[in-house]
Amino acid sequence: MVTINLAETSLRELNQQLHRIDPGANDRDFIVLNPRGAHAVAVGVDAPVNIEIKGSVGYYCAGMNKQASIVVDGSAGPGVAENMMSGRVLVRGDASQYAGATGRGGLLVIEGNASSRCGISMKGIDIVVKGNIGHMSAFMAQSGSLVVLGDAGDALGDSIYEAKLFVRGSVKSLGADCVEKEMRPEHVELLSGLLARAGISDIRPQEFRRYGSARTLYNFNIDNADAY
Amino acid sequence: MCGIVGLFLKDRSLEPRLGAMMAPMLASMSDRGPDSAGFAVYGEETGAAKITLQSANPRKDFAGLKGTLAEAIGAPIEVTVRETHAVVEVPADKATAAREALAAINPALRIMSTGAAIEIYKEVGLPGDVARRFGLDAMAGSHGIGHTRMATESAVTTLGAHPFSTGPDQCLVHNGSLSNHNNLRRQLRHDGLEFATENDTEVAAAYLTWRMAQGLDLGQALEQSLKDLDGFYTFVVGTKDGFGVLRDPIACKPAVLAETDQYVAFGSEFRALVDLPGIEKAKVWEPEPATVYFWKH
Repeated sequence: MVTINLAETSLRELNQQLHRIDPGANDRDFIVLNPRGAHAVAVGVDAPVNIEIKGSVGYYCAGMNKQASIVVDGSAGPGVAENMMSGRVLVRGDASQYAGATGRGGLLVIEGNASSRCGISMKGIDIVVKGNIGHMSAFMAQSGSLVVLGDAGDALGDSIYEAKLFVRGSVKSLGADCVEKEMRPEHVELLSGLLARAGISDIRPQEFRRYGSARTLYNFNIDNADAY
Repeated sequence: MCGIVGLFLKDRSLEPRLGAMMAPMLASMSDRGPDSAGFAVYGEETGAAKITLQSANPRKDFAGLKGTLAEAIGAPIEVTVRETHAVVEVPADKATAAREALAAINPALRIMSTGAAIEIYKEVGLPGDVARRFGLDAMAGSHGIGHTRMATESAVTTLGAHPFSTGPDQCLVHNGSLSNHNNLRRQLRHDGLEFATENDTEVAAAYLTWRMAQGLDLGQALEQSLKDLDGFYTFVVGTKDGFGVLRDPIACKPAVLAETDQYVAFGSEFRALVDLPGIEKAKVWEPEPATVYFWKH
């Protein structure tokens, strides 16, 4: 167990230490103390390690994460796990805007609420939010899944491509080209797996509704100009 | 970018520490806005009218001002000089006369704010330095608002710094940019409002003053601004006894609110709030888009 106290160690030293992890090193567990809302905590990690951040973080925590399992024991500012490639990020509190934006892989779990633009332009990441999500979430989402146990704000899935959206609560409004879709057995199976990976066992996949692309805006057609 | 901080005290026993609590909040937002900084403090009401002045040559301009102004308005006054600013306290019924007299005595003096409680201090420079120059950490008050500016819509000057005050005891700070401020400024000028800068935020402040002069309360004026102000904004506004927050419907400018039994605090980022007492147990949330939040004493 390695403890790094950001009251004594600079953020740059922390991230350099995380980037330098030797593939054969025995130290696989890191605790980060006193983040005090700092930006870019544990960004660009590329090693199968566990990192627990004890407190709230600012912008872009766990951005570009590969392989690592990162826990924020507090709330996260804008852009948590932005462009994550693989691994797992858990936020025990709330997340601010564009959580998991452009993520290509891995799992992001938010135990509280996520703000606007959650999963914007997601490209393969799976995101599970136990609370609510804000407006314009999954805007231009391309692939991956967004699972919301609470409610979704305005314009969910605006201009969405192939990502799958599952919402258990209400949806304030759907964005352009986003429609409700049938929950077929393969979707129930996919959602079951996602809930299990997020450690959620008391909620059934049948309680969710599925949303996705109507695919009318894939190619420009002058008749659809008003929909953009 | 720009950074905003605000602190509205519910627990009166904290009032002597308002400035000490706000100073680190302001300094923490330096990298959101290193061009200039400013703050409004709502201090103790003494029954007098307070006029905060700024001068480019404080030594020359503030020397002898007390005697000259007292003679001009025929009443005793108090002048407290803090660096480039001076707070002039005049009997409440002499406030208008004092403003007119000041313009005649020295047109180079700039009026930052007027009111019963508000004092505004703002200068070009790093936020921590600006706070130190004016001794923010020793100031007392019931609530305060601070701003660190990354200039977008107008020049890096003292007058271009926030907060903007366009009415008695009113002030506004802004993170974002307005796209229809020129047209709105023309309309407001037509209705008799005066502007000191080309800054978009001054238009927002004047807009609220204009709406309130029509009889709306601050909450209603903020609701109207959602219809009439185009662009990106997070506003924090102060009145003599109130503190309000508003984000535009797109809400891409960051905002965090925290509330405890003792205070309501605003920060552009959570790290502005980390030193506040009891922040670990505070209710912390992001204000919703197009939603007016307002607290009053």
